[in-house]
Amino acid sequence: MTGKLTIRRAGPVLTVQDRGRGGYLAYGLSRGGAADLTALAEGAALMGQSADLAALEMAGFGGEFVTDVDTRIALTGAEMSARIDGTPVAWNVSHLLPAGAVLSIGAARTGIYGYLHVGGGFDLDPRLGSRATHVSAGIGGILQSGDTLRIGADRSDEVGKLLVPEDRFGGGEVRVLPSLQTDLFSEDIRAAFESTAFHRDMRGNRMGVRMNFDGPGFLVEGGLSVLSEVIVPGDIQITGDGAPFVLMAECQTTGGYPRIGTVLPCDLARVAQAQPQAVLRFRFVTMAEAVEAERRHDANLRALRGRLTPLVRDPRDMHDLLSYQLISGVIAGNEED
Amino acid sequence: MADTATKNTMERGLWPRIRTVGFDGMLVSFGDRLSEPANRAALAFRAAVEKENWEGVEESSTSLLSCFLRFDPLARSHAEIEAQLRQLLGRTDWYAEALPKGRRLWRIPTVYGGDLAPQLDEAAAVAGITRDEAIRSLSQARVRVQTIGFAAGQPYLGELPERWDIPRQQALTPQVPEGALAVAIRQLVLFSVTTPTGWRHVGQTAIRLFRPESETPFVLRPGDEVMFPSVSREVYENMRTSGPDGGAEFEALK
Repeated sequence: MTGKLTIRRAGPVLTVQDRGRGGYLAYGLSRGGAADLTALAEGAALMGQSADLAALEMAGFGGEFVTDVDTRIALTGAEMSARIDGTPVAWNVSHLLPAGAVLSIGAARTGIYGYLHVGGGFDLDPRLGSRATHVSAGIGGILQSGDTLRIGADRSDEVGKLLVPEDRFGGGEVRVLPSLQTDLFSEDIRAAFESTAFHRDMRGNRMGVRMNFDGPGFLVEGGLSVLSEVIVPGDIQITGDGAPFVLMAECQTTGGYPRIGTVLPCDLARVAQAQPQAVLRFRFVTMAEAVEAERRHDANLRALRGRLTPLVRDPRDMHDLLSYQLISGVIAGNEED
Repeated sequence: MADTATKNTMERGLWPRIRTVGFDGMLVSFGDRLSEPANRAALAFRAAVEKENWEGVEESSTSLLSCFLRFDPLARSHAEIEAQLRQLLGRTDWYAEALPKGRRLWRIPTVYGGDLAPQLDEAAAVAGITRDEAIRSLSQARVRVQTIGFAAGQPYLGELPERWDIPRQQALTPQVPEGALAVAIRQLVLFSVTTPTGWRHVGQTAIRLFRPESETPFVLRPGDEVMFPSVSREVYENMRTSGPDGGAEFEALK
């Protein structure tokens, strides 16, 4: 039986996301898709379903949700306070959301983008081959209070599984490859870039995030007359005032600002999920190191299902079934916001 | 023009060049300054790449002077893809290839200056001409879609007369609306979305270039030619409400 999810109260930027739409770069349309693709894979593993299905991306804050049928759910990505009918529920765990129960999801505590997955995925009609909302291109739109989403057919009834997420929250080191214009930047500028502590600007969005820092900036001579050339997600563009912008899933497809390098795809979620107070540092790597890192990341994603563990409960905690904390480091969901 | 041609020939030795872009991209560039043969080479080379349908290649596109490939480096190594590209490059003189077939000439009515396009005066000043000269020059120029990029369906058009070789601005304009016509480095961009930009906003049109709900979501194609005739604000307002074409018309080019 399939049903629908109603958004009773929408956070500021709720969008349906999947892995995005490839194949339209030649027409100026970037792939888009989830800002944190690892979270999408983790949700798919928890739900025991294809990573091609669509989930709800919640930037900074969730909202209130109700379904009209019993629905399996999982929450991944940035941890937010979450309750079902007032009872705290754990992040990175599969749960049953009973029909009519209110799932309320509050502010992000550990990152920026949280994801709500449902068994069967959100069943939107694909446009140009994907269900992902592309905000900047006007495909789909930001969801509002009162909107409903169809839920696809769920082939499983398994809940109560836990997955320890890949570490990518709270900033840290971000690996960067040299790219087309890296040579425009002097060795001194590149060294300064690698040794600077950056903070993600509050105004970051699905197109890109500005990096704040103390210091003179990373301008290059002649940088304003660079011919427009192809852009890929992860490119670090230096705009006219010398500040780096890391371009994200919905970035432009070409651009003329010089780019000092490109964040590895497997490290892009670390940028997307950094809260403004977190420190990000960039480090140049070789292509060989990048291939190795991506191979490892790919292997990790493939192994996610094998890492699921049952949510074992202590009888003394049976009154609090949904929020049992299995190992340290996993948020139970009952902390104060 | 003769100087440009000589320069292109002299620089030909360095080009085409193959470089990596980020982790999973490869770029074949046919030059580093705008030239008609290099733009044609990029378009023709991409058409050939599409035809090859290589394993592991996920998509391709063109920018002004380059053909871009996205592939899966975990399935095919960078060296393998590069070798295939090199072989294809050697097959013909790509600079001598013809433009794509089915090209069209578009006329897109444009309001220049005023509060709809507030940077006309500034752009004219940077180019060292008067406001009226700027309008005359831009509205009479016949430019070609050299690539579609930045945003969905959005063309980069060129090449404008030499005097329009002006840099982008230092700071971004926080927002230009859909349909904005903007200028820098002897090119025009006709914006398909509302966006911040470093290009100077000199004209405003009423055309919608990306129509995701339509069967033909993308209006312009690389190789199409475009003129931006000057119209009054009144004419523009009427066109705005007349449909997604905004008064634009096209004819087939032979």
